[in-house]
Order: sequence, then structure tokens, then C-alpha cells
Amino acid sequence: MIDWISVEDIFRLFLKSAFVENLALVFFLGMCTFIAISKNVKSAFGLAVAVIVVQAITVPANNLIDYFLLRPGAISDDIDLSFLRLISFIGVIAAIVQILEMVLEKYVPALFNELGIFLPLITVNCAILGGSLFMIERSYGLIESTVYGIGSGFGWGMAIVLLAAIREKLKYSDVPPGLRGLGITFITIGLIALGFLAFSGI
Amino acid sequence: MSSQKKSLGKILFGPILDNNPIALQILGICSALAVTTKLDKTVTMAIAVTLVTAVSSAAIASIRQFIPGSIRIIVQMTVIASMVIVVDQFLKAYLYDVSKELSVFVGLIITNCIVMGRAEGFAMSNNAQDSFWDGIGNGLGYSLVLLVIAVFRELFGSWSLFGQQLVSDEFKREFAQGLMLQSPSAFFLIGLFIWVLRTAKPAQMEKG
Repeated sequence: MIDWISVEDIFRLFLKSAFVENLALVFFLGMCTFIAISKNVKSAFGLAVAVIVVQAITVPANNLIDYFLLRPGAISDDIDLSFLRLISFIGVIAAIVQILEMVLEKYVPALFNELGIFLPLITVNCAILGGSLFMIERSYGLIESTVYGIGSGFGWGMAIVLLAAIREKLKYSDVPPGLRGLGITFITIGLIALGFLAFSGI
Repeated sequence: MSSQKKSLGKILFGPILDNNPIALQILGICSALAVTTKLDKTVTMAIAVTLVTAVSSAAIASIRQFIPGSIRIIVQMTVIASMVIVVDQFLKAYLYDVSKELSVFVGLIITNCIVMGRAEGFAMSNNAQDSFWDGIGNGLGYSLVLLVIAVFRELFGSWSLFGQQLVSDEFKREFAQGLMLQSPSAFFLIGLFIWVLRTAKPAQMEKG
């Protein structure tokens, strides 16, 4: 089940998942939190770290669960439980977020206070579930899914920090009244996405 | 959402323009934009989201007295996930091509904030019938934004509607805007949509 892949491939997969196939800017995942939490850089950064950590744990965990329990023929040859994927993945994500919250509270209270309200929000972040579903669709192995989890989390986190930095500056700009707030945020995200299109060349 | 009695018309049509889930409440943009490159994908997605929101809201509203407050999110999640699995299996069985193109986005209806938001914000404090119509109304509001964006993107991106090409190949080669099929255009279009809506209804403008 462990798929040994070369260091070069790992690096390539990381770059691909973080830049070329950025979850937020190319696949529009996690948009609700992406817009709601990007008003200042500090909280955006906290959320970014939380997403990277959760993504790096849940994608491989879901990969193991799929391999040992859900894929067609995993338990015995005539059982296909793949229709249970959605409900088990969301359960795994909710459970891992909960466990992570308890572990952090016990052992790293400083970080726990920093992340605070962002951890529970992550359960309903489509980027996390989307990562696991993409992992199934592209049939990644265990190592690939770990790399993909870290890479896609990193890409999402980078995008939200970038957006937050721009929105902080935007506060001082003179925006047409109808476009204020949500409207201009979308235009900004569009421009960032336009910039990220350049990465699709590599 | 106030608990006072509202007329059916208001519950059903309020969310379409006055209280649009995407433009005003910033809900459910997650999966909204990725499916708007082609109209047939968009229509399928819009119907799926409307049905899931309506049925899961009604289901949650009818069991709301038995849900303990501390685990209500997980209960809501489970109800919604079951509904989405039904939709997913249905699409795979009867509309295999469209379901292949929608790929992960059918599954992502689970984490679509509209479904969750209506369950938490409306269904937990209203009866099943109202919640059902509220779900339909919010689904329609979501569908409206999606359809507008999809028409623009498919029309200018590939000069076709529902996969039917409208112009000659030569014209298409000359004028097709490849950018419309890429992700940035969806962000621009939704930004412009919000601009138009807010200029028409100044009460929705944000201050500052």
C-alpha cells in the first residue's frame, strides 16, 4: 500500500498542489471562510496554520480509512462501501478537528488560544473535504496524499494571507459605494487568481 | 432570523433578491463558482443544492425538539450528508456524464454553507413546512446567481448555451474569450453581479 515515489516527484506534487491547483483560487474551495476571516493578516495567518495542520492529518487519515474499509473489495471481494465515503470522511474530519482541539488545549495552550475559534470553523471548510475527495478521485497513495495534504493546505493558507494583506490596505481606498465590502473583495480575489494563472505554465 | 410568523410568499421569495444567500449573506460561494463553466453542469448543481437544502431543512426541523444542543452540528451534518449521498448516487445512476464533470463538487454540497446555515439559522427554530419552503427559496436565490454567471461564462467563453454552439467556427476562433472559462472571470463576474444588485437596492450596501 505504501507507494515509494522519488523526491523529485514529491517536490513536483507539492508545487502542483500549492500553486498550479490552488484550492482557493482555482477550485473555489473554502470560499466562505476565505472571505469571512480575511479582514486582517493576524487572524488570517492563524487560520492558515490551522488549515495546513488539519489538512496534513486528515487527507492521509482518510486515505487509510478508504484503503482498509471503504474501497471496493477492501473488506471482502463482494463488498463495495464506497458510497459511504462522503459521510465517513466528514465524520473523520469532525473527529480529528475535535481531537486536535483537545490535544492543543492540553499540551500547547499558547497555540490553542491563538487558533481559538478557527479550529471548529475548519470542520465546515470545503477545502478540507475537497482535499480528501480529490485524493480519492486521483487515487493517491499514502505518501502522495500526505504531500498533497500539506501542499494544498499551504496553498490555501498562502492565498488567504495574501488576500488579507491586500484588504488591510484597501480600507484606505475610495471604492464606489455599491462595490464596497463584498464586491471589491471578489474583484481582488479575481486579480490574485489571475496572477496565479501564470503558475500553470510550470 | 426572527421566529414570528411569516407568509409563505415571503419565506419563498425573500431570499431570491432581497436576502440573497450568495450576494448578501456570503454563504455557499464555495462550490458555486466551479460549476459555472457550462450551463448543463450549473442547472444540475442548482437543482441538487435546492433539493438538498429543502429536504434536509425539513428533516432537521421535524426532529429539532429531540436534538441536544451540544451535538446539534454533528446531527445536522449527518442528515445533510445522507441527503447528499442520495443525490450523488442518483446522479451517478442516471446522469453519469454530468456527475463525472461535477466530480467532487456534488460531495461538497455537504460543506456548502447555505445548507448548513439554513439548518442552523432557520430550521432549528421553525416548523418543517416553513423550513422546506425556506430551503427552496434559498436554493432558488443560489441558483439565480449561478445561472447568471454561467450564462455569461458559457456564452462569451465558448459562444454556446447548453453545449449548443451558437455561431460559426470561424467567429468562435476569432472571438472566444478563453479567460471566461478560467477561474478569475468567475470572481470578477460575481463581484460585478453584487455591484449591480447593490446599486439597484441601496439598502444592501456596506458602510465603510
